[in-house]
Amino acid sequence: MDLSYTETQDMLRDSLARFLADTYDFETRKKMLSRPEGRDPGIWKALSSELGLTCAPFAEEYGGMGGGHLENAIMMEELGKVIAIEPWLQTVVIGGGALTAVGGAVAAEVIPQIISGDATFAFAYAEPQGRYNLADIGTTAKADGAGFVLNGHKAAVYAAPWATHLLVTARTGGSRRERAGVELFLVDAKAAGITMREYAMVDGFRGAEVYFENVAIPGEALLPGGIDLIERVVDEATIAVCAEGTGIARKLLEGTVEYTKQRKQFGQPIGKFQALQHRMADMLVDVEQIASMGLMGTLKLGLPADQRKAAVSQVKAKVARSIKAVGQNAVQTHGGIGITMELAIGHYFKRSTMIENQFGGADWHLERYEALTLPA
Amino acid sequence: MDLEFSAEEIAFRDEVRTFIAENYPAELRGKQDEGDELSKEDFLSWHKVLYKKGWVAPAWPVEYGGTGWSITQRYIFSEEIARADCIRLMPFGLTMVGPVIYTFGTPEQKAKFLPRILSGEDWWCQGYSEPGSGSDLASLRTKAERDGDHYIVNGQKTWTTMGQHADWGFFLVRTDPDAKQQEGISFLLIDMKTPGIEVRPIITLGGEHEVNEVFLDNVRVPVENRVFEENKGWTCAKFLLAHERVGIAGVASSKRAVERIRAIAGAEMEGEKPLLANPFFRRKVAELEMDLAALEFTELRTLSGMAAGHGPGPESSVLKIKGSEIQQRLTELTLEMAGHYGAPYFRSFGEGDNEHAVGPAWANKAAPVYYNTRKTTIYGGSNEIQRNIIAKMVLGL
Repeated sequence: MDLSYTETQDMLRDSLARFLADTYDFETRKKMLSRPEGRDPGIWKALSSELGLTCAPFAEEYGGMGGGHLENAIMMEELGKVIAIEPWLQTVVIGGGALTAVGGAVAAEVIPQIISGDATFAFAYAEPQGRYNLADIGTTAKADGAGFVLNGHKAAVYAAPWATHLLVTARTGGSRRERAGVELFLVDAKAAGITMREYAMVDGFRGAEVYFENVAIPGEALLPGGIDLIERVVDEATIAVCAEGTGIARKLLEGTVEYTKQRKQFGQPIGKFQALQHRMADMLVDVEQIASMGLMGTLKLGLPADQRKAAVSQVKAKVARSIKAVGQNAVQTHGGIGITMELAIGHYFKRSTMIENQFGGADWHLERYEALTLPA
Repeated sequence: MDLEFSAEEIAFRDEVRTFIAENYPAELRGKQDEGDELSKEDFLSWHKVLYKKGWVAPAWPVEYGGTGWSITQRYIFSEEIARADCIRLMPFGLTMVGPVIYTFGTPEQKAKFLPRILSGEDWWCQGYSEPGSGSDLASLRTKAERDGDHYIVNGQKTWTTMGQHADWGFFLVRTDPDAKQQEGISFLLIDMKTPGIEVRPIITLGGEHEVNEVFLDNVRVPVENRVFEENKGWTCAKFLLAHERVGIAGVASSKRAVERIRAIAGAEMEGEKPLLANPFFRRKVAELEMDLAALEFTELRTLSGMAAGHGPGPESSVLKIKGSEIQQRLTELTLEMAGHYGAPYFRSFGEGDNEHAVGPAWANKAAPVYYNTRKTTIYGGSNEIQRNIIAKMVLGL
């Protein structure tokens, strides 16, 4: 057992942190969000082709640095610290994770495009009726000669407007909510028959409802592995947003502490009041637990499926609860200014609140944990 | 970074496991199984087994008798100790005054006291709190006045855990009544057999005699028994409290306690189904395990930072807060499991005096243990004091 970061990992963290410090201050971020496409594509280009950070979590055979989940966690935490609107989760963690799991020709072809920044992904898995059940899938993939034809509607797909590739869950057989018959497909985002209703997400991201109407895709679009593969990819994504949450929670606490040192009421900085000090101490306890759980989840992603799922659910349930407490306490401590667009704190709160329920909230994950580890 | 144990670490785990199985005192095991009150000799029997093996103070520097184990080995050791339901060693010498002596003591103090802490020859107790000085420890009034090469100590200490068995005590005393509170305190080692010391029991809600009041009436203490400089005792006191907080989290034993709850609630029936199938009860178990996992990894991160040369600093307050809350929740769940049999009270007064108890054996002590465990959020600096420490020392407020 060893819980220390390697020198390479420390350097990776430092170089991303330095780059983001130079390019992603709050005012610049605001300007990026107000652009028509909702971001500055130059940032992604810099992260990938210029700084080469996207190669960190990939195996050397694909042109990567030989890292993995821990490298993704480091990146997500740093991106969280600036509430970056960049598709690392969708592209590197989810797209890259699925391709790494599948391997073979498709991985050899597409992973280098992720590393170079030419491929960006969106994960079209949620459906309007499905809540967090990954097998509650109405989208169909009907066999048609050597290929498939996709029909269906995917809900609230993060980063879809920017994507060159879509990862789509669809049913080749079986009835709604049946685990068997659910498959993962890699689809060209520009394929005929795909339409998107694009919109902004509350946390600053861009997203879309994605509709598939008789979309013809080739046979090799199916990434073999079924629901087990999808669960693995979603577990990896879940831990990645927990790592992002670590970065966000740290900034929520830091911003709150700073604010209470400046803000005066009753003739003194409000940080002198014990009621607020204890609230911020509780925030620190939560922040440390978020960091600890993020690390535990990252290190347990390689366990056999049932153990992995149980661990991921413990992590996500705890992170969901703790980050809710940190976010709400940050806003409460700021007072009225905390619920305005004016300060960064509110924008961190918007994203942290979305993290609570992304890939399932505390109740959903506690229930999954119980089902896996306690008698019925 | 990885969580897997190496082949050497697995071999170490097996060595520890085998050692415990072959050397844990049988008589002690028997008393634990019967729920008998443990005597001083019972506590020392396990201490001495570990001492002979050289494993009694894993965290100490090797030069003073530590094991030189890695963080992982220490983690494995505490897991195995808990797994085998071994009793907890008394912390007053090993994790409290011992580190103070090897950090701040003179060569003579180290030579005199450290070997006898390791061997168990001296049983230590703590003289910190006073009736008027709980959370505001630095307001303490027990005074020590110089008289040649002695201090004359007068005052009263309280909450002195296991003081009834103690050979020695470490005391915070006021040596400069005119200085600012923290600056007039000294750290004294006092032989508990010195004339003028009286130890009186305090009986707590579970009926146990665990804590005491200590009265000091013109107690003569050689000046050579002062650790560190006169009026600088607060430095030792803070150091000790930070050390104490790391071990106080009790991760391994809380993990073992959850296992016991799982086993009992899996067998205890509620109608047609085990209690563990009750959606409300199982949610509480799941939440406990979740919080315990968060505590465990927070402790591992702290220990890993210590191995890299940081702390244990004020962040150990996080471990104290969460660890103590979890210990209390465990006793709440056990009492809840006990149902009707949480109520009958059978107090053991030592061997042979036991009345025959009713209900399942594990339920007998559920309420007394629940009452007793309210102490965890109070002692070692109450959890509110821990929040003050975090606010001041970590957040800079």
